[in-house]
Amino acid sequence: MSTLTPQAPVKAQKPRGKLGDRLLFGYTWAVIIWLCLPIGVMILFGFNDYHGKYNTQWHGFTLKWYQHAFALPEVNNAMKASLIIAVISTVLATALGTLIGLALGRYRFKGQGFTNLVQFAAISSPEIVMGMSLLAFFVQLGFPLGYVTIIIAHVMFSLSFVAVTVRSRVLTLDRSVEEAAKDLGAGGWTTFRLVTLPMIMPGVTAGALLSFAISIDDFVVTNFTAGTVTTFPVDIYGLQGRGGIPAQVNVMGTFIFVGGLLLAAINALASRRRDA
Amino acid sequence: MQRLRAKLAPYFLILPGGLWLAIFFIIPTVTMLSFSLMTGNEADGYQLTWHFQNYTDALSTYWPQFLRSLEYGAAATILGIALSYPIAYWIAFKGGKRKSTYLFLVLLPFFVSFVLRTISWQFFLSDNGLLLSPLKSMGLVSQDFHILQTTVAVVLGLTYNYLPFIVLPLYVALERVDPRVVEASSDLYAGRIATFTKVIFPLSLPGVFAGVIMNFVPAASDYVNAEILGGPNNTMIGSIIQDQALHVRDYPTATALSTVLMGGLLVGIFLYARALGTEDVLEAAAR
Amino acid sequence: MNEFDPAFLRGITQDRRSFLRAAGLVGAGAALAACGVKGAKVSPAKADDVAKFWAGKKQNGHVDFANWASYMDANHSPLKKFTSETGITVNYKEVITDDPTWYGKIQPQLAAGQPIGYDLMVVTDGIELNKLVQFGYLAPLDHKMLTNFEANAGAAFKNESFDKGNVFSVPYATGYTGIGYNPKYVKEPITSIKQLFDPKYKGKIGMMKDTQELGNFGMLLNGVNPETSTEADWKKAAATLQAQKPIVRQYVDQNYTKSLSNGDLWITMAWSGDIFQENLSNGSNLQFVVPSEGGTIWTDNMMIPKTAPNPVDALKLIDFFYRIDIAAMLTEEINYVPSVPAVKAQLLKDAQTASKSDAATFTTMASSPLVFPTDAELANLRHYVNLPNPGAEKIYQDLFLPISSG
Repeated sequence: MSTLTPQAPVKAQKPRGKLGDRLLFGYTWAVIIWLCLPIGVMILFGFNDYHGKYNTQWHGFTLKWYQHAFALPEVNNAMKASLIIAVISTVLATALGTLIGLALGRYRFKGQGFTNLVQFAAISSPEIVMGMSLLAFFVQLGFPLGYVTIIIAHVMFSLSFVAVTVRSRVLTLDRSVEEAAKDLGAGGWTTFRLVTLPMIMPGVTAGALLSFAISIDDFVVTNFTAGTVTTFPVDIYGLQGRGGIPAQVNVMGTFIFVGGLLLAAINALASRRRDA
Repeated sequence: MQRLRAKLAPYFLILPGGLWLAIFFIIPTVTMLSFSLMTGNEADGYQLTWHFQNYTDALSTYWPQFLRSLEYGAAATILGIALSYPIAYWIAFKGGKRKSTYLFLVLLPFFVSFVLRTISWQFFLSDNGLLLSPLKSMGLVSQDFHILQTTVAVVLGLTYNYLPFIVLPLYVALERVDPRVVEASSDLYAGRIATFTKVIFPLSLPGVFAGVIMNFVPAASDYVNAEILGGPNNTMIGSIIQDQALHVRDYPTATALSTVLMGGLLVGIFLYARALGTEDVLEAAAR
Repeated sequence: MNEFDPAFLRGITQDRRSFLRAAGLVGAGAALAACGVKGAKVSPAKADDVAKFWAGKKQNGHVDFANWASYMDANHSPLKKFTSETGITVNYKEVITDDPTWYGKIQPQLAAGQPIGYDLMVVTDGIELNKLVQFGYLAPLDHKMLTNFEANAGAAFKNESFDKGNVFSVPYATGYTGIGYNPKYVKEPITSIKQLFDPKYKGKIGMMKDTQELGNFGMLLNGVNPETSTEADWKKAAATLQAQKPIVRQYVDQNYTKSLSNGDLWITMAWSGDIFQENLSNGSNLQFVVPSEGGTIWTDNMMIPKTAPNPVDALKLIDFFYRIDIAAMLTEEINYVPSVPAVKAQLLKDAQTASKSDAATFTTMASSPLVFPTDAELANLRHYVNLPNPGAEKIYQDLFLPISSG
């Protein structure tokens, strides 16, 4: 946002200044470390040299779980299910949400307040309530639970996030650029494709990333709507109830974590190049 | 013709997503309402009998869990705000070029599955684990002191898991505060404290508001933390709803409890928004 | 709050016409009520049901198998062997984590007469199995095709009370519920359920969350046989357990083994195979006993949903598990009680050819009362409560569920 609203440049301040700043600096790092502790545990136990089925006590270092990272079909299948669901629901939610975001940001129309209210309700509704109501709905219709119902649910709860993100982007746009395009003879669709879409793209990408992240880690709503399909979070929750999470889950979790880091790094590098 | 098209455009844009929400959000909510007024069981089927007693029965049995969920949610939210405000403040005002890096670090936990993260805390908090074992050997706490299966563990888990939800909107609000306003304030001889309480904090209130909602709603209706870190006296209402729906399969009770939870939270949010007079919740909430 | 149209909210709550419209919607929601949730009771299986069901069913070369987590070795060796010998491919998924949740997930499909995605599943005896039978969701087994079962199954595992004559199910594995404790912290011999109620273990006691398991121990302590218990017995047991609650640290799922090893729990209700596994995994020295008042015996059973698309293949796989070498293979991995007594001899035979550490494990297993209980121990084990109808189930659940979720 800061790139769009003109502001006085803030100088980078090294934490050597006042005592208060130094305290804040240390505090921020302390909290960041606290936030990262469980990640450390997860990564560590992917290297644990245990036998049997209980990966709960540290026995020594090994790489064997990385050599057999994909040895457990249940974990692989659960991961695959999670990825398929996340990709499809992200695409759908991004498409539908972007359109709503455009409408809300661009136009004044009757029913706008109601649309906003529904979005807000969908965002702030407790997951357990969404899961419960969807289950009641599908059960009454006799609609079989599975991939389709999970995707329906995921699109439902993430499209509002996309809509809101896109809307706030649209609100900051300069309409005169589009009008200029029209004055130069571009049609409605051409204007949208060549002018509007690139301008709202950061909002769309952010919304898509958000809905992907929400979808792939969703447990509660998925658990209600999944039927016999098992996604990664549902699998882990079940395994912990059964007493043993195999090291492959830690390995897979580490992969996702590192993948996320890489994506973020690439994104950061790309935006730096763009700014330069 | 042109004007009509312009008038209808927003409706066309809203139509597909709006239908989706209507069919899979609004109708299910209505279905849930109707289920909560039914009587029956799975052998004989369910009939809508406008059985409002489902509500009184459910509430009279489970009010302690309701109350507890609200308390835990509130505790986690207050702790969360207190913990995150300094971070958001520091990143927004002192982060300099590294702003996005710090923000990213705060969001790191999101790259690890929520359930896995929560389970990891068991490892740290166990009776003879990394945290308590040294304290016990130093004699700082008694031998039978424990954190797992207590309120402390659950609130800590909730605070931990939802902290990034607060940092983000707080940061957005603080980052929007124009440094020139802050400068003006000190030019007018306001001290650092006065500048904070009179200028910065009021300007960040929309972020606080969004953070509270983004944190309180999921924390109060969460049950994973209570199940994994809590004990027999920490059951939250989410567990009850889940047990009633998936285990006991008493749909009327489960839906009645869900309805009360949703209604309570929505009314709460509405009143809270009224009291604060915050504008544009949606936007703040989404950042 | 200018984003909201307050008139909208007022409209919902104050405007009578809107209220009526909303009420109409609720009614419409109810009208949607299809057969989705209703499971009509069926009359008991008749003799020609078997012939009727299996008539015209063919082998399709594939079977979808749903099992509990960690209930077979990671390579699924028995299934690979099955495929190589019969050419039938198996899609094996460990998707079941507890009976009520599993039942809750498949029931809507079964009630609607749809396949659940699996031809073979494993369900414990108890409330959910009763319902699957009562509502006619299971295929009656054709015993003409279960030759290994007829030949090798132990007498104790045929004809169990929850499914007399194995009409719908045969055991996959059996285990029992007793008391597990860590001798590092518990310095006295454990023999009785009373010791789970001993205040000196306050804050270190684990009880099971599962209402059938929990209720059983309450009743056993009160000297009641759960299988023949009445509502009055349940109430008394619930009161007994409520009184114990202040000293209970946690009502556990199956995740108690970790807590028992690391000292979060000292003494807890436990399942036989878990303790054996934990000692194997972490080199701990946890003990398991069947209390003098009696323990619970349970059986995880293989069964075929009536709507399964590949029942013949599923039945073949069921019978395959009753071959002695396959049954032994399974026992070596999961350490629960096999339904084939000849497995004991097979274990000792396998030990001669196995690697050194495996050989030691197999020998330990063959002599372990956890895997091969003595007759005296078996005589001291009781089945779950029999809950004949949803009314009784509701009463039972409402008594025991609040104990673990106070």
